[in-house]
Amino acid sequence: MGMLHVVNKSPFEKTSLDSCLVYAKEGAAILLIEDAVYAALKDTAVADKVRAALKKCKVYALEPDIKARGMEVAKVIDGIDVVNYGGFVDLATAYDNVHSWV
Amino acid sequence: MEGGVVKKFLYVNRRAPYGSIYALESLEVVLIGAAFEQDVSLLFVDDGVYQLKKGQDTSGVEMKNFSPTYNALGDYDVNKIYVDQESLEKRNLTTDDLMALTYEDEDDDYAEKPSIRVISRDEVADLMEEQDVVLSF
Amino acid sequence: MAIEVNGKMYETDEEGYLANLNEWTKEIGEAMAVADNADLSESHWEVINFLREYYDEYQIAPAVRVLTKAIGKKFGKDKGNSKYLYELFPYGPAKQACKYAGLPKPTGCV
Repeated sequence: MGMLHVVNKSPFEKTSLDSCLVYAKEGAAILLIEDAVYAALKDTAVADKVRAALKKCKVYALEPDIKARGMEVAKVIDGIDVVNYGGFVDLATAYDNVHSWV
Repeated sequence: MEGGVVKKFLYVNRRAPYGSIYALESLEVVLIGAAFEQDVSLLFVDDGVYQLKKGQDTSGVEMKNFSPTYNALGDYDVNKIYVDQESLEKRNLTTDDLMALTYEDEDDDYAEKPSIRVISRDEVADLMEEQDVVLSF
Repeated sequence: MAIEVNGKMYETDEEGYLANLNEWTKEIGEAMAVADNADLSESHWEVINFLREYYDEYQIAPAVRVLTKAIGKKFGKDKGNSKYLYELFPYGPAKQACKYAGLPKPTGCV
């Protein structure tokens, strides 16, 4: 499979998610962890571009980081898969390579 | 610090909790400043508004959940907590999503009153101008 | 550093504060007091237990000023003053009582 892009910065503070969305190719996966999980939530100012990314990529968000921040899994954008640490490992092994946008 | 100089301190919080150490460091500095009886205000803008999100549960990430400490600010006479409206809206948050921080008003028979005030961008600008010291985290 | 209680060693920092607050027991608090030549009465425990409850709720040990005010509110004005609290804990009420309570040294305590 293609590349797994891991983003860990808030989309409101840093542009790493924007850059990732520009460079992620069709069939790639994007995993949102740490402060990047804020990008996974519905009806924010960045939700439209994340939904647009879902048309070409799989998007995942890490559940422990969502919960740590008091955000609700129920409010995650439809189409984003919420995974735990085990799922993170599965993704890292399933894709050919991993790009961490730090 | 009786008879000491009291200055107006504004702590500007711009970052989310847990992803970096800034939020926790800011909170500790605020508590130290308040212990020395300074005139302290807190401002939460940009991702800083996430610090006040209620329901934080860090048991899955093995980090200390420091959000309950914001509830102690009232005990430290820190009762001017400003939140930027536009930053909330961008993140699809309202005051209902935030912890209900309160303080007891000694001049009003210890009535419990809300500490959080949501203000506009213009009011944020005015707030900054009023200060002796502005510290950004 | 470490403190031995009932044959078990508990890690502390260089000032004698317990490293892991979840390990705390009443016996550890008493052993720390004995090491300081302090005798803990009911009045001492009132303050120590209050500090543990405060930490449980807010995840910090309160500054002296905050502790004094809160003790006064809970146990009455005759106890909510620094004279009373310093008589109980001559090394500083927040500093010394927090140690026996197994809490970290209070933020802003110099």
